[in-house]
Amino acid sequence: MTAPFSWIRPAPQGIYVAPADIWVDPSRPVPRALVTHGHADHARGGHGESIATPATLAIMQLRYNTREGARPAEYGETVSLGGGVTATFLPAGHVLGSAQILLEHAGERVIITGDYKRVPDPTCAPFAVTPCDIFITEATFGLPVFTHPPIGEEIGKLLKVLQENADGCILVGAYALGKAQRVIAELRAAGLHDTIWLHGAMEAMCRLYEEHGVALGDLRLVSDAPSKEALRGHIVIAPPSALNDRWSRRLPDPITAMASGWMRVRARARQRGVELPLVISDHADWNELTATITQVNPQETWITHGREEALLRWCQLNQRRARALALVGYEDEDD
Amino acid sequence: MEEFAALLDALVYTTSRNRKLALIADYLRAAPDPDRGWALAGLTGGLDFPAVKSSTIRGLMMERVDPVLWTLSRDFVGDTAETASLLWPEPKTQAPGQGLTLTEVVERLSALTRTTAPIELPALFDRMDAKGRYALIKLATGGMRVGVSARLAKTAFAQAFGVAVEEVEEYWHALTAPYDALFRWAAQGEPAPDLANVPRFRPFMLAHPLEETQVDLEDYAAEWKWDGIRVQLVRAGGETRVYSRSGDDISATFPEFLDALPVEGVLDGELLVRGSAQGGKAGGAASFNALQQRLGRKTVSGKMLKEYPAFIRLYDVLLLEGTDWREAPWKSRRATLEGLMPRLPESHFDLSQLVEAEDFAALAAIRETARDEAIEGLMLKHRTSPYLAGRKVGLWYKWKRDPLLVDCVVMYAQRGSGKRSSFYSDYTFGCWDGDPDAGAELLPVGKAYSGFTDAELKKLDKFVRQNTVGRFGPVREVKRELVFEVAFDSVHTSKRHKSGLAMRFPRIHRIRWDKPAHEADRVEGLRALIKD
Ligand SMILES: [Zn+2]
Ligand SMILES: [Zn+2]
Repeated sequence: MTAPFSWIRPAPQGIYVAPADIWVDPSRPVPRALVTHGHADHARGGHGESIATPATLAIMQLRYNTREGARPAEYGETVSLGGGVTATFLPAGHVLGSAQILLEHAGERVIITGDYKRVPDPTCAPFAVTPCDIFITEATFGLPVFTHPPIGEEIGKLLKVLQENADGCILVGAYALGKAQRVIAELRAAGLHDTIWLHGAMEAMCRLYEEHGVALGDLRLVSDAPSKEALRGHIVIAPPSALNDRWSRRLPDPITAMASGWMRVRARARQRGVELPLVISDHADWNELTATITQVNPQETWITHGREEALLRWCQLNQRRARALALVGYEDEDD
Repeated sequence: MEEFAALLDALVYTTSRNRKLALIADYLRAAPDPDRGWALAGLTGGLDFPAVKSSTIRGLMMERVDPVLWTLSRDFVGDTAETASLLWPEPKTQAPGQGLTLTEVVERLSALTRTTAPIELPALFDRMDAKGRYALIKLATGGMRVGVSARLAKTAFAQAFGVAVEEVEEYWHALTAPYDALFRWAAQGEPAPDLANVPRFRPFMLAHPLEETQVDLEDYAAEWKWDGIRVQLVRAGGETRVYSRSGDDISATFPEFLDALPVEGVLDGELLVRGSAQGGKAGGAASFNALQQRLGRKTVSGKMLKEYPAFIRLYDVLLLEGTDWREAPWKSRRATLEGLMPRLPESHFDLSQLVEAEDFAALAAIRETARDEAIEGLMLKHRTSPYLAGRKVGLWYKWKRDPLLVDCVVMYAQRGSGKRSSFYSDYTFGCWDGDPDAGAELLPVGKAYSGFTDAELKKLDKFVRQNTVGRFGPVREVKRELVFEVAFDSVHTSKRHKSGLAMRFPRIHRIRWDKPAHEADRVEGLRALIKD
């Protein structure tokens, strides 16, 4: 008789599923991997076999040139991993293709969320609350100061500043996978039909989203603009690293905005020279994290990455068993 | 209140000085009276609500939020006001603002006592959103930290109403918040406030650092730069006030001067406490450490007055018995001041003596001895210079003595606040209490958070994170291997540190990545420099 849940082992470089000899979101190349989503701290190139949703595999092919050993699993599909372990991919609501992975072995159920959020996002399927014994959650915004306002408010703020600055442009820093497309889709939903200009690093991912059925409207590359003047009165989207870079010098009187959950804290915005902070995040905020744990109601909660101390404390205060896993290499600074 | 909160928020995210000026000017033009006056006072630190302290806010939060969650949040955010504004439970029923004006907020805050504050503040918080609460707490506890100096606010005021900033400065200090007369004059074109009989502050004339410049002593007079606090003594309408360099009225802290000046006028000098360390006649003055005993007190006991009697060493005269001397050349003002001295009580005043030297080289030699005199350095004043507000090129120079240097080992680091809240930027360092190779220990001798570049800060932050050996709340203890060359002005005995000493103005002079920790200095070496 083996101890309960001894088949699933957290290690610094990821979560190891022993009977199937497979890793979840490992931070270094392994023979077999389950991948929750395409962000660099979860998906890496070089695995022998990568099991993920078709959209995540497409993202991995684009970013890490993963072709060999790609094994798709649709949402709701249960894959047999060997050693009596099965994996079921469930939507996580984080970015296109993002999944929670439900692992089952000998009647024990473990969910690994990867990253997730609970608010609606036009670019991906919503998080599915699913019962389990052990819930392995992220905690990127696991502090009670983090509450993300409704995205409509933040998009409204952006559109208002755009209107007031017709002779300049608004440069929005947004993570190239997920955040950028969500911001564009929300702007479209709010009635902005003008051209949105992109940094070159955004182009391929936007095209991939469109190929997966997410309409993003008229997008053009800043490098293709006929003149600086053409950008006046428009929104330009670039990866956060380009905000205070020489690249942005080609823009006409830009106001620097940034779409990130970290913008909730003034010092974080000031550090990056952000003039228009937009609190938009693809991660669960404090209330979403705690509400999700309450709804899923697992026997035990394990916390992977982020502000795990505070979420651990919350679990303790609410008489929930919990532990923090010391994983390395996870942190979504730009989310 | 929403407008003020929005202004504060906009200022937080604006780095350009011109945009800051425009934001404040726009607000001042649009806001009603007396809201805008209170806003101006708030921005420039001119409001004080003694019933509300940072600890009051913390106390309120502890009743509503788990202490561990509070500490983790406060540590991450780096600012008590912001953390509280974000963590305050959002009221369910009321919309933000609820029509509270800034004036109403200020009135309510002024009416608070230590007993009523914990009851009344929550009611105010409940009527605001996070932005409003942030503004409210910043207003109540002081220290806006939005990069608005009093000078910038005055410039914005001048810009808003098309008046001269020098005039704004003059009237500003004579009036109290919410500055009704100032707004009537600037915004409504009413006559300027009549300040003839008001003992008001005049902007100080300041000096540039001498650096590489050499001056001809034919043109420049030299005098000691004393190690006290620069003050302005003003008597008008039968009333005397003492102002600090920033224009704060510190008369209550130094009541011995209120009846000491027998003439109406404005004098510039250095406030010192009697003792034997600093040269000069009349018993000289004690070190800055003695003066420290008198600073920052709102009331002063008779014992204090007797043990640490203050006097003013006079540098200059701005106004005297109806004559404005500010346009006159320095040498005429000096002669006027010398002529005035016999009329002033020796118990409270003396004259800052000129330092005579053959030539510049001889003066440099005299300056070398300045350390022994426990003074800050030399002042060089152009003999024909008028007394002008601020720092004007080529008229006055300060020639500080070189700082003292000591090699210390970094022991602890803490995150900074504001812009630096994600960096470990405040360092505590120590010296060896004996031979480090024979098992000596490090004793903390000081703390510093300046003197390095942004690039160096990044490197230091990385060092701290990679070499942490212990954590105590927000403080990280680091491996004892990095040496700072620390510059400081002087060192004094102190009970605060285990080493029994404290440095004045310590700052990081150089980061000695190359130097092994055991080669850092010893406490005994520092102790030898004490000049109490
Ligand atoms: Zn992610
Ligand atoms: Zn992540």
